[in-house]
Amino acid sequence: MTAATLAAPSIAARLTGSRVGRRRKIVDRSMRTLAFGAALLCAVPLIAVLYFVTANGLAAFSLDLITKPPKALGIGGGAANAVVGTAQMVALAALIAVPIGVMAAVYVGEFAERRSARLVRFCADVLVGVPSILIGIFVFTFLVLPFKQFNGFAGAVALALIMIPVVMRTTEESLNLVPNALREASLALGVPVWRTVLSVVLRTGLPGILTGSMLAFARAMGETAPLLFTALGSRLVNVGDFGRPMDALPLFIYVNARQPVDALNQQAWGAAFLLLLVVLIINVAVRARSWGRRIG
Amino acid sequence: MNLETAVREADEAIEAPPEPTVLAPVPVPQSTGPAPVAAGVPASGEIVIDDLHVYYGGFRAVKGVSLKIPPRAVTAIIGPSGCGKSTFLRTMNRMHELTAGARVEGRIGLDGIDIYSPEVDPVQLRRVVGMVFQRPNPFPTMSIYDNVVSGLKLTGRKKRSELDEVVERSLRRAALWDEVKDKLKQPGTSLSGGQQQRLCIARALSVDPEVILMDEPASALDPIATLRVEELIAELRRQYTIVIVTHNMQQASRVSDRTAFFTMGDDRAGYLVEADDTVKIFTNPREQLTEDYISGRFG
Repeated sequence: MTAATLAAPSIAARLTGSRVGRRRKIVDRSMRTLAFGAALLCAVPLIAVLYFVTANGLAAFSLDLITKPPKALGIGGGAANAVVGTAQMVALAALIAVPIGVMAAVYVGEFAERRSARLVRFCADVLVGVPSILIGIFVFTFLVLPFKQFNGFAGAVALALIMIPVVMRTTEESLNLVPNALREASLALGVPVWRTVLSVVLRTGLPGILTGSMLAFARAMGETAPLLFTALGSRLVNVGDFGRPMDALPLFIYVNARQPVDALNQQAWGAAFLLLLVVLIINVAVRARSWGRRIG
Repeated sequence: MNLETAVREADEAIEAPPEPTVLAPVPVPQSTGPAPVAAGVPASGEIVIDDLHVYYGGFRAVKGVSLKIPPRAVTAIIGPSGCGKSTFLRTMNRMHELTAGARVEGRIGLDGIDIYSPEVDPVQLRRVVGMVFQRPNPFPTMSIYDNVVSGLKLTGRKKRSELDEVVERSLRRAALWDEVKDKLKQPGTSLSGGQQQRLCIARALSVDPEVILMDEPASALDPIATLRVEELIAELRRQYTIVIVTHNMQQASRVSDRTAFFTMGDDRAGYLVEADDTVKIFTNPREQLTEDYISGRFG
């Protein structure tokens, strides 16, 4: 290096005379602006969805939409068939998925060896990523085809398959947060393992389990594809007959939005607003609770 | 391992004339569980450890410990960090079995019963040999009241009507009753660290153990809370067999009747150097290693 033969620059020159520093500042500022813009773009879709659904759906939303079934002939009525169907199928799906998901998490988190735990966890993560239409087709082949009848039970099972991995993973994460010291304290009192898991581990992790279950619930409520091949949809209000087709809010939206009749399109908007409202309330309620916990 | 020999040896040890300190001035609390005590032998709580080795997978953590722990007295286990004190303590109620890959060779006799024999259920054993941990670990979802009786409630061993009585008795024994009697319904975690630790001691006492293992029970506490716990140990010493692991030598000299000094060899396996009356260990130990350690020339 030639610099070695020259006199070293003064400290003042080294501190102030850098052109590199100036360039770095410009790059820094522009990259920060880009990152901020990208962050903004992440929030925009949610705000846009909220805005358009509310703007179009609020006018079409009324109590009749929830309480009245569609008119048997012609145009009019409400979405009671869809409201009732969604409520029943999602409730049954939760009854199936929550016990299975929680027990699978207990197995993975408390009893499984590292290798089988990793395998189950991997399968759950892949199941979350499986396109939901495939789950619909899968359930179609063994709960619809043999009976030659679309039915609400198949719809509930398809939704349960969507929920199980979500419940399992969130439950497992919340069980991981339960300190080992509590398990030891319980076992050292001569409490059997099963009772320790039930009354100490699951009890301490309960808020997290509820959070995960509610989020899975909200997710299942909005699923359309798994129901297309299973519950099919129905213009009739089906209370309790899981052997027959059932409607659901997403199916109602899908069908009515495609009709060449403005009144039906309006009903789709109203149902969309209702669905958004319920899902949003569940999400916000659940997340607000965990915010409160973190602060408090 | 020959079980019969183990039981016979331990039986002989029990039949030996008891030391004066063994005699309990207060009635011995009765064991409620079906404790595996040999018929005809009154519960005493003596522990006889014979050539005990503890392994974690291929690593030997503790080697060749033979030690007699007298009943109704406090035995302190001291030694440098990593010498297997806690590991050794946990073998006495089989808590080490919760660690994957941990296993034990040798015998531990409790009132003449080998606690590793197939007939002994670890769950039953832990009802007889209780444990207090380094950090206070009350159940965060339970009130003070429920924490105290958690051991009974979760094992379904007491009627609801008896629980009030157990709560008061256990909290009084743990010297916590006066501080919490007006707020039994508040969460156990609302108490201070020192109170939480005494709550954990009350919880351990509520199931009527014969032996209480304490794993550095005051190391997470401030000096005043530590003093309270030490006073409590002094009060419990004639009713229970207490084994306390501590890295605090002054504490060992204050609270214990007997002291066992552990250290580790070149293979990093912990072993027992010597065990004797606490006064003897701290004034005139037999082994040079012990003297070096207690006079601060080691560790």
